[in-house]
Amino acid sequence: MGKILEINGPLVKLELRESVLGEQVRVGAIGLVGEVIGREGDSALAQLYEDTAGLRPGEAAQGLGWPLSVELGPGLLGAIFDGVQRPLHAVWARSGDRIARGVAVPALPRDRAWHFVPSPAWRETCALQGGDVLGTVQETASIQHRILTPPLLRGELIELAPEGDYTVEDVIGRARLADGRIDKLHLFHRWPVRTPRPFRRRDHAVQPLLTGQRILDTFYPLLKGGKAAIPGPFGAGKTMLQQQIARWCNAEIVIYVGCGERGNELTDVLEFMPELMDPHTGRPLMERTLLVANTSNMPVVAREASVYVGITLAEYFRDQGYDVVMVADSTSRWAEALREVAGRLGQMPVEEGYPAYLGSRLAAFYERAGRVETLAGGHGSVTLIGAVSPPGGDFSEPVTSHTKEIIQTFWALSKELADARHYPSVDWLESFSGYVPSAARWWAEHIDPGWEAARAEALDLLAASEELQRIVNLVGVEALSSEQRWTLEAAGLIKEGLLQQSAIDEVDSFASPQKQYALLAALLDIHRHGLKLVKLGAPARRLIQLPLLAQARRWKSQFASDQMDELRARIAGIPAVFEALAEEYETGGGGRAGAEGVPS
Amino acid sequence: MKNIEFRTAASAQGGLVVMAGVPGVSAGSRVSLRDHMGRLRNGLVIRSADDAVLVEVFEGTDELDLERTWVRFLDEPFRLPVSRDIMGRVFNGAGQPRDGRPPIISADRRDVNGEPLNPAARAYPREFIQTGISAIDGMNALTRGQKLPVFSGGGLPHNRVAAQIVRQAKLLGEDAAEFVVVFAAFGASHADARFFQESFEDSGVLNKVVMFLNLADEPVIERLLTPRAALTAAEYLAFDLDYHVLVVMTDMTAYAEALREVAVLRGDVPARKGYPGYLYSDLAEIYERAGRIKHRRGSITMIPVLSMPSDDITHPIPDLTGYITEGQIVLSRELANQGVYPPVAVLPSLSRLMKDGVGKNFTREDHPHVASQLFASYAKALEVRGLAAIIGAEELSEGDRRYLRFAEQFERRFIGQGEDEDRSVFETLNLAWDLLSMLPPEALIRVSEDELAKYHKWQGAE
Repeated sequence: MGKILEINGPLVKLELRESVLGEQVRVGAIGLVGEVIGREGDSALAQLYEDTAGLRPGEAAQGLGWPLSVELGPGLLGAIFDGVQRPLHAVWARSGDRIARGVAVPALPRDRAWHFVPSPAWRETCALQGGDVLGTVQETASIQHRILTPPLLRGELIELAPEGDYTVEDVIGRARLADGRIDKLHLFHRWPVRTPRPFRRRDHAVQPLLTGQRILDTFYPLLKGGKAAIPGPFGAGKTMLQQQIARWCNAEIVIYVGCGERGNELTDVLEFMPELMDPHTGRPLMERTLLVANTSNMPVVAREASVYVGITLAEYFRDQGYDVVMVADSTSRWAEALREVAGRLGQMPVEEGYPAYLGSRLAAFYERAGRVETLAGGHGSVTLIGAVSPPGGDFSEPVTSHTKEIIQTFWALSKELADARHYPSVDWLESFSGYVPSAARWWAEHIDPGWEAARAEALDLLAASEELQRIVNLVGVEALSSEQRWTLEAAGLIKEGLLQQSAIDEVDSFASPQKQYALLAALLDIHRHGLKLVKLGAPARRLIQLPLLAQARRWKSQFASDQMDELRARIAGIPAVFEALAEEYETGGGGRAGAEGVPS
Repeated sequence: MKNIEFRTAASAQGGLVVMAGVPGVSAGSRVSLRDHMGRLRNGLVIRSADDAVLVEVFEGTDELDLERTWVRFLDEPFRLPVSRDIMGRVFNGAGQPRDGRPPIISADRRDVNGEPLNPAARAYPREFIQTGISAIDGMNALTRGQKLPVFSGGGLPHNRVAAQIVRQAKLLGEDAAEFVVVFAAFGASHADARFFQESFEDSGVLNKVVMFLNLADEPVIERLLTPRAALTAAEYLAFDLDYHVLVVMTDMTAYAEALREVAVLRGDVPARKGYPGYLYSDLAEIYERAGRIKHRRGSITMIPVLSMPSDDITHPIPDLTGYITEGQIVLSRELANQGVYPPVAVLPSLSRLMKDGVGKNFTREDHPHVASQLFASYAKALEVRGLAAIIGAEELSEGDRRYLRFAEQFERRFIGQGEDEDRSVFETLNLAWDLLSMLPPEALIRVSEDELAKYHKWQGAE
């Protein structure tokens, strides 16, 4: 036992012999928990996960002997945890509307029994490895929880329980370890959050993570096992975009870490998700979702821990062979928590007060994403999507610029687009994806071989229109040639008919890859047909008045992903519109162009 | 320990006093300090070890004589006594009466720091509040339990806008406001405080208002306590007495500056513009106290007012605020200079909770689309106006000139309205359609074709 020497905000200096860095400590009369972050002689410096008001020097302190760990087993899905994996619904039942300090509630329910089905392959005295699948528990209707042995276990199985109902604390098996000791096996095990869980090897990511959001899937794709960042100033629609991804993406498990964000947003997710159906399984989305919440008014040290808790949970489901998406909103708040603690430790600040190790911590965190071959020999992936909240929307600030070097897909949100209510406000010029070649293989194989070329054509058109827009802003649209005006119009068609996507419109909210490609190809088709006419001498302003253009802008919200036939029928009508016009110009080599006047 | 006076002040500087040799003082404890003149000052323990205790003195350390300073550690955090009697009262930043009436006596004394609300216990705000202001109701609607700040600048009428919201805010179908108001002013001028007081008096709600005032010439450190005391009162009214509470706080910039002042004294490492790295967490502790709780009837809706230094929305205070609050109402100097009241810059303004509080079953089914269309059309119109400034309006096409007229009318008639004009949300939507009818139907792709047929009155190009 030790005692408190000094209290300074969330930092507490303790007299505590033989404590280890990272070790959990329990401090004071109300039993606040924290972790050791420094040692000097007989004293230890600890950061506490809860507010330290009321603690006094001289009160008792105790080392717990283990680092910050999470419980991994059935009971995780559908739950909401705080930054140190306390289940918030159980805490609510225990301590009321407000989170009282020192509440200790185990992460997994202890009284609930799960129906365990042992894997038939196991016999007694089988060699047992870490990460082996002992059996399964049907945790929710859509997700089968595979019960894994602790990753570091080596030994042989000497007993495995028969099929039946067990709580997480019941012993479901015994293993003799290499040194002859007997280890009990449970439905759950613990793992320290700051240590990545082991796997056999890293695999190449090959499959796109489809989100149903056209600008993401079609223009800046992300792969399962990839790393992405969503930077954006406040009000740019970051949260909405992340919620859309969490709703629609084709991963099997979604982990949403609300790190220093608004309480109401988590409430929104909690109230909304159970009502929403997973488009891929037809079951409530909440059955595949898990939330970790450290809202902005919850203690800052637990905020630092929350992203590690989230990624460890993600790795655990990956090790069961699932494709997992983890959304961290926002990594900037996590970095700020790091900065706050560093500041109190008196560490030398480098950029904007951040400690020098910001970049390496961020990189190490994102490296925990990836597609792997698991210890059990299966395949699983963790896709990591980190929101970044750059102060003032300035992408050159430390967190954004470090993140940009680490990730492969960058979905830059723009304030200007958001102000014009162009959502999702993903800036098509600032964003990038390093996964386009891999994604192209998938699209070519599953959707259409023309995907990569069509994507490039659309991006060229958008880039060209940006140039033209600059000219227009200086001298007005009348100064453009007919061909240039048509380019501008076609780019506008792509922006409004394809890139803009309404999250709150039932039809438009999600687009299948088939629908995405059909719309893209159709709009490019309109551009090409029009261009041909313009080259024949048709004035752009005549084309711009075609009712087809306004109609095409509505297709996205008119035809759902399962109404492809109707959509294709409309698209098939495009050539006829232009052919009717073309006759005028082809015959006369100018037709009515002379009468209407071609702008010079 | 509460009753022992220590006379062991070892040093004092810039609002901080170090007490030597007082073992076992609890962190965050309140301190009462008596100087050689017998005056009492308040303080707070911000660092505690057996050999040295660091105390922050709210009234400052001027004229403090270390040898003749007596300090008592009260062994509890700052608490606010609460009871029904707080209604209609005026307090200072630390919760003591400043209206000349007796102090509140109550056994129920609450820690002003509050405790974080469990996200699982929150109820999502969905009830549309009609403020009677078109720019807000039509395009940036407020919901019960939301925190929606007003971003303003020196000389802009943010106080008048805030007061108008307080006067007019009500739920649809209600005849009169059901709200009680908690008003907190920190760093505000006496004139501002008087303006609000008179506004509450004129509208006859003064007996339903609780005021916490820490004015510009009053102790800076007390400013850190003012919003916390006010919100403690608000939480009591909302979640113990079931009231719907509207909290108006002004000016958050003064609060953040006070925080910076204290942080510098403490020697905290500065992050941006000298503000401490924990400015975000600290502001969140205040803003996040707004909301609703499951199974409770009351709610806290918060309208903080903040002035953007040099009208810069990327300044740390509005920037961090925008990341915490559920949107913002931005006031524009340009519109104000043109005589538009309320000068709401609708494009940078935003209400994040609007999507869940308007439309079918809440206001009218076309509301979300109309709002989206107004945003798009006005954004386009401003682009045209920018172009007209360069090449001249005569050079514009007829279609573009239509947008110019739309922008003009939109600013005059939709954004602009009287200070006493209380428009229902239906009047606002009808007005929006009147304005959208200036534009051809093919330019309106954010509204559905059904809605166009029902509401749009396009007369064709004239």
